[in-house]
Amino acid sequence: MTYKKGVSEVENEQKLRTLTLSDQLLVFSHSGLEQAAWNYPRLQNLGFCYLMVPAIRRLYPEKAARIQAAQRHLELFNTMPYMQSLITGVTLSLEEDHANGKGVSDNDIRALKVSMMGSLAGVADPVWWGTLRPILSAFAASLALSGFGIVGPLVFFIGWNVARLSFRWATQRWGYLQGLKVVTFLSSGVLQKLTLGASIVGMFVMGAIVPRWTRFKFAPIIASSQHASLSLQAMLDQLLPGLLPLVLTLVCVWLLRHHVKPLWLLLGVFILGLGGYWLGLLR
Amino acid sequence: MSSIWGVLIVAFLAGVEGVVDEWEFHQPIVACTLVGLATGNLVSGIALGAALQLVTLGWMNIGAAVAPDPALAAVVAAWWVSGPAHLPAAAGVILAIPLALVGQGLTRGLRKLIIPLVAQADVAAAQGNLHRITWLHWSSVALQGLRVMIPTALFMLLPAAWIQQGYYAIPEVLRGGLRVSAGLLVVVSFAIVINMMATRQLWPFFFIGFALATDGHLSLVALGMIGVGLAILYIKLQSKDTPRNGGSGPSSAAEDELDRELDDL
Repeated sequence: MTYKKGVSEVENEQKLRTLTLSDQLLVFSHSGLEQAAWNYPRLQNLGFCYLMVPAIRRLYPEKAARIQAAQRHLELFNTMPYMQSLITGVTLSLEEDHANGKGVSDNDIRALKVSMMGSLAGVADPVWWGTLRPILSAFAASLALSGFGIVGPLVFFIGWNVARLSFRWATQRWGYLQGLKVVTFLSSGVLQKLTLGASIVGMFVMGAIVPRWTRFKFAPIIASSQHASLSLQAMLDQLLPGLLPLVLTLVCVWLLRHHVKPLWLLLGVFILGLGGYWLGLLR
Repeated sequence: MSSIWGVLIVAFLAGVEGVVDEWEFHQPIVACTLVGLATGNLVSGIALGAALQLVTLGWMNIGAAVAPDPALAAVVAAWWVSGPAHLPAAAGVILAIPLALVGQGLTRGLRKLIIPLVAQADVAAAQGNLHRITWLHWSSVALQGLRVMIPTALFMLLPAAWIQQGYYAIPEVLRGGLRVSAGLLVVVSFAIVINMMATRQLWPFFFIGFALATDGHLSLVALGMIGVGLAILYIKLQSKDTPRNGGSGPSSAAEDELDRELDDL
C-alpha cells in the first residue's frame, strides 16, 4: 500500500461516519445500567436511549438528526438485559448505515429492535435466570455451607461477572460487525438448541440439588430395642434417601402448575415446618 | 460507626443491582457477605447469605413481572444476624421473607414514581440535549439505590435489644419450628426454577440427576460433567433423528400438542 493511497482512504473515511472502538466500549460500559430507569409503560426505554448516547453523539453532529435519534430510542423497549448487548450491536451497525445514508430508515431500526427483543428474551430468560444463576449460586452456597467460607461468595461473584461481561462484549461486537446477518443466523435454530441444552443441564442439576441441599428429616423413632433404635428417617433412607424433599418439591411444582402463587407456597411450607416440629414429626 | 456506613453503602449497591441485575450485589450470597464484612462478622454473614441464597434461588424478574426483592431482605436480615442483634441465621432467613415483600412493593412503586422523570427525558430528547438524558438516567440509578438504602437505615434505627428481646420472647417450640421452616423454604425456590424449565421431555433428566445425587460418592463436579454429557448426547442424537424422520413431522407436532395439553392439566 502506497502512502498516497493511505491518505486518500483516510479522507474517504472522514466523510463516512464510523463508530470508533472507544465509542463501542463506552456503549458497552453504559449497557450495564440499562434497567435502572425501568418504568411503566415504556419499560427499558430511557435505559436504551442512555446507552446509545455515545453513538448518537458520534454519528449525528446535526441537531435535527440527533433529536430524531434520541426520540427513536426513547420508545418502548424491553428484553433480557444481557441479550440487549446483541440487539445493541446490530442497532449500532444500522445506526451507522443510517447516518451514512446507506438506505436504512428510521423505521427499519425501530422494527429491528422490536423484532429481536421478544424472541431473544424468551430464549435468554430461562438460560440466565432459570439455569445459570440458580446453579452457580446454589453451588456457591453449598461451598460456603460446607466449610469453604468466603470461597463460595467469591466463586459466584467472579464466575457470574466474568461470564456476563464477556458475553455482553462478545455479542455487542459480533452484532456490530455482522449487522443484519445476525438475524438470519438466529433464525437457523441455534438458539433453540442452546436453550434445550441449558434446560437439560438445569433440570439434571436441580434433580441433584433437591436431595443434597435440603436439610430436614423425619424425627420419630418407630421401633426401639435395647441395642438399637430404628427411626422413620433411617427406614426411608434405606428406600431412597432424599425422598421427603423430592415429594415436597414435586408437590410445590404441581401447585405452581395449578397457578398457586409462590407466596402461598412459602406460607404453606412455613406452617408445615412449624407444625411438623411442634408435633415432633420433623427436625 | 464505619460499619453503619458500610452497611448503607452495601444497601445502596444492592438497591441498584436489584433492578439492573448486573453485578448481582443484591443476591444474598453477595449482599450478606458484604454486610458481614462491614460489621466485622464475616462468618455469620456468609452463613446467612448461603442459606438465604437457596431460598431466593427462584426469584427472578422476567418480562414486566416483579419478584420479591432479595436486596432489602438480604441487607436488613444480615444486619440483624451479623450486626449487634446477633440473631441466628435461621431467624434471618424467616425475617427475610416479609422484608422481601416490602422490597417488592417498593420496586413496583418506584417503577411508577419514575414516570415523570422519564417524561423529562422526552423533553430533553426534543431539544437534542443528550447530556440531560445521561444525567436523568444517572438520577434514576441513584433513586434505585435509595429505594433500599433509606428503608435499611430506618430498620437500623430499631435498637438491637428490641430485636433480641422480640426473638427470645418467642417460645422455644416455635423457635425450633422456625429452624425447620428455614430449611424447608428452599423447596419452593427449587420448585419455581423446575417449573420454569420443565417440559415432558426434560423430566427424565431431573430424575436421573436426583438418583445419581443420592449416591454420596459422586462429587458436584462429577454430577455437572454427567449433566453436560447427557445434554450434548441428547441434542446430537436429536438433530441426527430430525432429517431421517422428516416424514413424521405431523405426528411429532401432535405430540407437542399433547405435551402442552398435559402440561396444562
